[in-house]
Amino acid sequence: MKHLLSTEGLDRATATSILDTADNLKRALLGREVRKLPTLRGRTVITLFYENSTRTRVSFEIAGKWMSADVINVSAGGSSVSKGESLRDTALTLAAAGADCVIVRHPASGAAHRLAGWLAQAGTSVVNAGDGMHEHPTQALLDAATLRERLGSIEGRRIAIVGDVLHSRVVRSNVHLLSALGADVVLVAPPTLLPVGVQNWPVTVSHELDAELPSLDAVMLLRVQAERMHGGFFPSAREYSIAYGLNENRLGLMPEHAVVLHPGPMLRGMEIASAVADSPRAAITDQVRNGVHLRMAVLYHLLAHEEETS
Amino acid sequence: MNPLLLKGVLPYGEGDPVDVLVRDGVIAEIGAIDADDVETIDGNGAVLLPGFVDLHTHLREPGREDTETIETGSKAAALGGYTAVFAMANTDPVADNAVIVEHVWRRGREVGLVDVHPIGAVTVGLKGEKLAELGTMAKSAAGVRVFSDDGHCVHDPLIMRRALEYSKALDVVVAQHAEEPRLTVGAQAHEGEQAARLGLQGWPAAAEESIVARDCLLALHAEARLHICHVSTTGTADVLKWAKARGTKVSAEVTPHHLLLTDDRLSTYDPVNKVNPPLRATADVQALRRALAEGVIDCVATDHAPHAVQDKDCEWSAARPGMLGLQTALSVVVEAMVKTGLLDWRGVARVMSERPAEIAGLPDQGRPIAVGEPANLVLVDPDATWTVRGAELASVAGNTPFEGMELPGVVTATLLRGRVTAGRIPA
Repeated sequence: MKHLLSTEGLDRATATSILDTADNLKRALLGREVRKLPTLRGRTVITLFYENSTRTRVSFEIAGKWMSADVINVSAGGSSVSKGESLRDTALTLAAAGADCVIVRHPASGAAHRLAGWLAQAGTSVVNAGDGMHEHPTQALLDAATLRERLGSIEGRRIAIVGDVLHSRVVRSNVHLLSALGADVVLVAPPTLLPVGVQNWPVTVSHELDAELPSLDAVMLLRVQAERMHGGFFPSAREYSIAYGLNENRLGLMPEHAVVLHPGPMLRGMEIASAVADSPRAAITDQVRNGVHLRMAVLYHLLAHEEETS
Repeated sequence: MNPLLLKGVLPYGEGDPVDVLVRDGVIAEIGAIDADDVETIDGNGAVLLPGFVDLHTHLREPGREDTETIETGSKAAALGGYTAVFAMANTDPVADNAVIVEHVWRRGREVGLVDVHPIGAVTVGLKGEKLAELGTMAKSAAGVRVFSDDGHCVHDPLIMRRALEYSKALDVVVAQHAEEPRLTVGAQAHEGEQAARLGLQGWPAAAEESIVARDCLLALHAEARLHICHVSTTGTADVLKWAKARGTKVSAEVTPHHLLLTDDRLSTYDPVNKVNPPLRATADVQALRRALAEGVIDCVATDHAPHAVQDKDCEWSAARPGMLGLQTALSVVVEAMVKTGLLDWRGVARVMSERPAEIAGLPDQGRPIAVGEPANLVLVDPDATWTVRGAELASVAGNTPFEGMELPGVVTATLLRGRVTAGRIPA
């Protein structure tokens, strides 16, 4: 694997192999005093973030450091990016400076694909850490790792994703990956937050959360962004919360074993009640923890794996 | 000017080869002609058509001469078989006054490869708020016949009504870029399966169709003429058919790229495929071809839109919309319409030359191939193919979505009032 740009097209074997690697890394680090593996010593990994992010950037940085890579963080605010340099020039500069891997987050859908094209000659690997409304593949992989850990398996499981499907890159990555892994995906949202064309996705679409809850093995909630509230996508935060917010009553409608996921950051009291977020049914901190191991696994597959197999 | 003999050509691709003698800018004789002392182009059975007329180009001068000039755009037009082109008003400064339109018109005359007709802006600065001085531009040396805010929709229905009404006194036509702006805020791609998958904000077909329907109703009410730029959806074709049946004086154009390309091409995120209106679905392409064949859509116009490398070789949302069209238009029409049996060469003459000349009111373009008619002609080798290379096109910019495609139909010569403006100048 040269790049990780999307989960679309990621086959089941490759995805499973990444998840297995993440599990192995997690076990290898368990109980160690020094959480550091030498695998990527001498490799340079650059995170290039054009959007604010705490958890994703930190997660990648820790993953790189635990693998002994040299990790450099570039953010749009504190570099030549703010001087109006193009994404292409920035990418070529980072590659020329010696980056083995660029982890990019950008507000434009397809930005990571374009970056991979521009860096093809330099041989630099690209990881998509979120491109516009398109994909966020490592989020979907860490969600899958968490689901597998909590439920034991993903095949045949019924998983609902609730919220702003239209603008969410997390949804697109999860739909592709969870379907590839054999899950049964239900998207729950008001019609205004579903894209035209969703009929062709390998999912079931519903506007009634309560009707779906009893048959679910997991529910994944999406953050409702403030601009959607003001953008007329639904009448009010209150009405959204009443129809789609996961509160304790709704948690009670789900089977005992069913888990709650949220990619964060959460809007407590809006899409998720505090009592639900903090309940043992919620796997939200597990997601963050697994995120580091999963991203270590991705870096391993991109930067180390190839050498060993070839 | 020396006379010129076209040997062995097929007017409209019909019948047996004939010879056509051009003298003093007009067709002097058609038949079997032997003249040893006359410059001769050996047609070799090529198709002879009236020179093409493009109602929709962006020649970028003044303002963005780094992407195209009236000179390079004229070269591209002549090489594409055009003898008249209309240059849109969204230059910098905007062509919303007589000074700018006269400058464009004069530069076109100086270059002399194609008749360059400036299009005047409908509203001051293309802002959609206040009518530009349409009368002054119409009566200027440039003699503006078409007005458009293209790139922007004249979205205010009252301004549009006034423009349509006012245009009647001047015998000019308002060309609408139909895009309801509130429905296309941030729009990046045709709203459908591809945009949903790629996470690109949707440009719904209804944003075009609702404006076309509204403007057809306004034009009928005002008894004014209306032209619709770059029709891109099935629904717009349906609305046009309905409006024409009711007697609306509406005409419409479709671009070559909307006749051939679909939003399937967006998977690479290469902005060379970014255009406004966006590439649509396969069903739309099929409907547009049918509408053009049936005359519901009157003509083909390129929406030739050169852009600098840095405005195209970037991330999708940052890229400017638009693609080159002048040199590939005929070949795309042959591929999409002639090869498919939807149009014969007479049909090509109609959609590429005759109808656009009528719509714009050009008396000496789109004329029959007959003795005494102006020698605005194009010679096409229907059997030849060529491979498109953006870098080899005459435009300054090279942003063609047809890069690397092998297309049928090659323009071998273009004649503007009897003078060869493209192709091999006879020895």
